Amino acid sequence: MLNLQGYGPSILQGTILTMELCLASLVIATFLGIITAFAKLSSNRTLNITATAYTTVIRGIPDLVLMLLVFFGGQIFINQLGPMVGYEEYIDINPFVAGVSTIGFIFGAYMAETFRGAILAVPGGQLEAGSAYGMSRSKVFYRILLPQMVRHAIPGFGNNWLVLMKTTALVSIIGLNDMVRMAGFAAGATRRPFTFYLVVAINYLILTSISILILNRLNKKYSAGFIKD
Amino acid sequence: MDFSIIFSNLDIYFEGLKNTLILVSISLAIGLIFAIPLAVLRTSKNLFVSAPIQAYVYCFRGTPLLVQMFIIYYGMGQFELIKASFLWIFFKEAYFCALFAFALNSCAYTIEIIRGAIENTPHGEVEAAKAAGMSTFLRFRRIILPSAFRRALPSYSNEIIFMLHGSSLASVITIVDITGAARIVNSRFYSPYEAFLTAAVFYMSITFIIVWLLKKLEFKWYAHLRRE
Repeated sequence: MLNLQGYGPSILQGTILTMELCLASLVIATFLGIITAFAKLSSNRTLNITATAYTTVIRGIPDLVLMLLVFFGGQIFINQLGPMVGYEEYIDINPFVAGVSTIGFIFGAYMAETFRGAILAVPGGQLEAGSAYGMSRSKVFYRILLPQMVRHAIPGFGNNWLVLMKTTALVSIIGLNDMVRMAGFAAGATRRPFTFYLVVAINYLILTSISILILNRLNKKYSAGFIKD
Repeated sequence: MDFSIIFSNLDIYFEGLKNTLILVSISLAIGLIFAIPLAVLRTSKNLFVSAPIQAYVYCFRGTPLLVQMFIIYYGMGQFELIKASFLWIFFKEAYFCALFAFALNSCAYTIEIIRGAIENTPHGEVEAAKAAGMSTFLRFRRIILPSAFRRALPSYSNEIIFMLHGSSLASVITIVDITGAARIVNSRFYSPYEAFLTAAVFYMSITFIIVWLLKKLEFKWYAHLRRE
């Protein structure tokens, strides 16, 4: 049944693009998530309100709507912005950039919640002890806070990663040649949509299974020395 | 930005709102109805009973909803057997396919939520029920399930929101839900900001209403745990 009729390589290309997309968005999401988590915990009111508004709004809107908004709206926005800064030519938004930035932006909000919880789980006394020893704030962060918050963040982080990976299927709608779209092309040419979409589903299943294995290992590694309750 | 386009086309959005609400509520209802018995069976110690359910849950949670929907909507036409049978009356309809995909997906997630809640039942309660001479069925009906539902409520709230957001995918297979309405307005007037921002406002309002209702329900169901 799984005779791919020569479309195997193109699906594989799509799979590679999907993986690139996943990793690139994960980097953006993690970065945004950490910044937003600190903004949420800071005593500065403006930062606080901005961060809360960001996470609330993002979690209230479907990913697809946001993606379409960025893809179609961003196109117009950038082309209005271009002439203002003296750039006259038409700017075409790259769907890869649109996809990565939207997914990164969405999952930044989810990551922020995870990281906020993880930061709060580290006893405050340890941070105070760090600064009492005369460590600078960045030293307290990467010597004391970071190694301990990782343990608390991994389960939530892993969940977000699994959801993020599945969300990347949406980029096929805004015209990026990921594996779903490649399967669509192959299905159109061979009239065997079931076969090709099934292959894509299996690919996703493999990616999630590998991720779960890696996450379990990471979890074990960072929980070393802690009694499981 | 010119929101007068939106006001003169609000009827499309309300049509979309209706479709979104129908899709979400029916698929959630079907998902929940099937998820309860399947979750109970999933906790069975008999591997022949629990393993197939586990496999179903794993496959549907491990693949994107979009791909599941495509397999059902585009994929079923590949089989002459289905095309020739009465099933084709259903599978040729985008609306039915979306509903079918959403219900299957929601059911898988709900099984996992309820299973977690069932397995977290305090041992003492189950033992007390056994000691009182309750049959397995009675034990589930009186003791395990009521407290499991209570424990599952917060995660199930998430699943409802997830389904609401997931339902926007129906617009990809030609259904006019809220996102579909926004896509129509965008393609007619080429006004992406207005079109999609309006859709976003619709979704956000529904999300907040659902969250508020569920908070009230939680308040009621957790009455015995409240400290006053």
